Amino acid sequence: MTQSLLEVTDLNVSFGEEDERHHVVKDVGFHIGRGECYGLIGESGCGKTTVLRAIAGLNSDYDGSILLDAQKQPKARRGAGFLRRVQMVFQDPYASLHPRKMVDKVLREPLQIHGFDRQRQRIDEVLVQVGLDPSFRYRYPHELSGGQRQRVVVARALIMEPEILLLDEPTSALDVSVQAEILNLLTRVQRERGLTYLLVSHDMAVIAHVCQRIGMMQHGRIIEEMTSEAVRNGQAQKQYTREFLDASAAFAAALEGDAT
Amino acid sequence: MDDMHQHGFRGWLAAPVPASAAQARAQQIWLGCKRFAANRSALAGLVFLLLLVIVAWLAPLIAPYNPFQQSLSARLTPPSAAHWFGTDELGRDILSRIIYGTRITLYIAVLTAGIVAPVGLIVGTIAGYFGGWIDLVLMRIVDVFLAFPSLILALAFVTALGPGIENAVIALSLAAWPPIARLARAETLTIRKSDYVAAMRMQGASHLRIIWSDVIPMCLPSVVVRVTLNMAIVILTAAGLGFLGLGAQPPSPEWGAMLSTGREFMMNAWWVAAMPGIAILLTSLAVNLAGDGLRDVLDPRHD
Repeated sequence: MTQSLLEVTDLNVSFGEEDERHHVVKDVGFHIGRGECYGLIGESGCGKTTVLRAIAGLNSDYDGSILLDAQKQPKARRGAGFLRRVQMVFQDPYASLHPRKMVDKVLREPLQIHGFDRQRQRIDEVLVQVGLDPSFRYRYPHELSGGQRQRVVVARALIMEPEILLLDEPTSALDVSVQAEILNLLTRVQRERGLTYLLVSHDMAVIAHVCQRIGMMQHGRIIEEMTSEAVRNGQAQKQYTREFLDASAAFAAALEGDAT
Repeated sequence: MDDMHQHGFRGWLAAPVPASAAQARAQQIWLGCKRFAANRSALAGLVFLLLLVIVAWLAPLIAPYNPFQQSLSARLTPPSAAHWFGTDELGRDILSRIIYGTRITLYIAVLTAGIVAPVGLIVGTIAGYFGGWIDLVLMRIVDVFLAFPSLILALAFVTALGPGIENAVIALSLAAWPPIARLARAETLTIRKSDYVAAMRMQGASHLRIIWSDVIPMCLPSVVVRVTLNMAIVILTAAGLGFLGLGAQPPSPEWGAMLSTGREFMMNAWWVAAMPGIAILLTSLAVNLAGDGLRDVLDPRHD
């Protein structure tokens, strides 16, 4: 990786008014190369989703800089150029699809906003790519299962043909049986399109399955960066990371024990 | 119900996989209609309202007499075969007057709803979506209107504008839009923080597009329901204005005005006041029932 595609330096985010200001994200910095998959992991409330939303431009109240192709992005509304290259997959497909919009409209709107051609064809193509039959285009979200909804959410992100996908716990709201399907979909799409991923999760199994490099977050800081190799071999440096990994492993083992 | 072999329009509506956007929408509307029809009292309310519309439309054909035709020899005759609802103090047939009065009542109710819903929706969604000082200014204006009881406010406006049906409609609308704006704002506050709005922003949608295509469709059901339920109040307030002599002017057969003149003869000719009173009661009841049914079908929280 000679040059990083996405770079975050000294990111600080605080919420609340003057007296009770909570410093949620502290001096977070990392960089992601083209085609790479970077994972942020940590327990809930450690600020990982906040980092993602700041990068996405959904929260403009931050300090620090976010660089795309070494270009610093403005804090206020992100331009169309940024949005065409960076898209987001949300955590809960029950909340991130408008209840009264047909799949067709969900996928058509971004095409209209950015003036894409061949709209009908593009919608069909992206539906097939996420593993849905084109006949799904005239369905409403309440007619779809959780997994199908999340496929539509992925399709909505992909239809803009972005280079970077920001994945906010894309499987945590889904059934265990469906989680693997969505993860396989994400890894397949990354291979086919050469995408760059920033994946946020509290699930070590998910992160290790998809990511090459992993940042461990605790109390708003990245306390340790490691490769997924290191994670699998249990070579964590920090005490907290080791505890986190052990807990995840124990939980996974317990789950498997339950299954048998 | 999901018979694959159904053909024609019913089959088209029941098709498991819609083939076009129009078909998908029609199927949703069809499902809503079925749910509405399952609610008996709501259906009864709707049927009564449809009946009223037909009566208003065909008034000259249905009414047995001219509503303005006076006959001083037949003053205050009780209900009979010739005059089903009796006659009033000028010998006019009350049934015919009530039939013509339907037109005035529906005119007032529909026009008020037509003004109140868009105004309340636009003000409420803009205030809720943008927040900050825009919200502050718009909501203080709403507060000023809400500070007065709606009948008092309507009275003040009608007195300032002069009596008459059009002015009554304006006055009623001025009194009725603030609660709608409040409702739309409250809905918008939860909608604007939702993930699907965040997703629209990630796609570069303008504020106008988000308000139009995400916020308003979510607010619309509760606003429609609220406006329908408000219609009963509007009809009653319009009758009240008529009763006070500030709405429709005599000899117009407005129900409230009829009720008002009937008051003088309450003791010896009950039907002059009772007949328009019953008409007002039944109409507002029907609107309420239909509105309740509509809420069960449309309001997302009742899904």
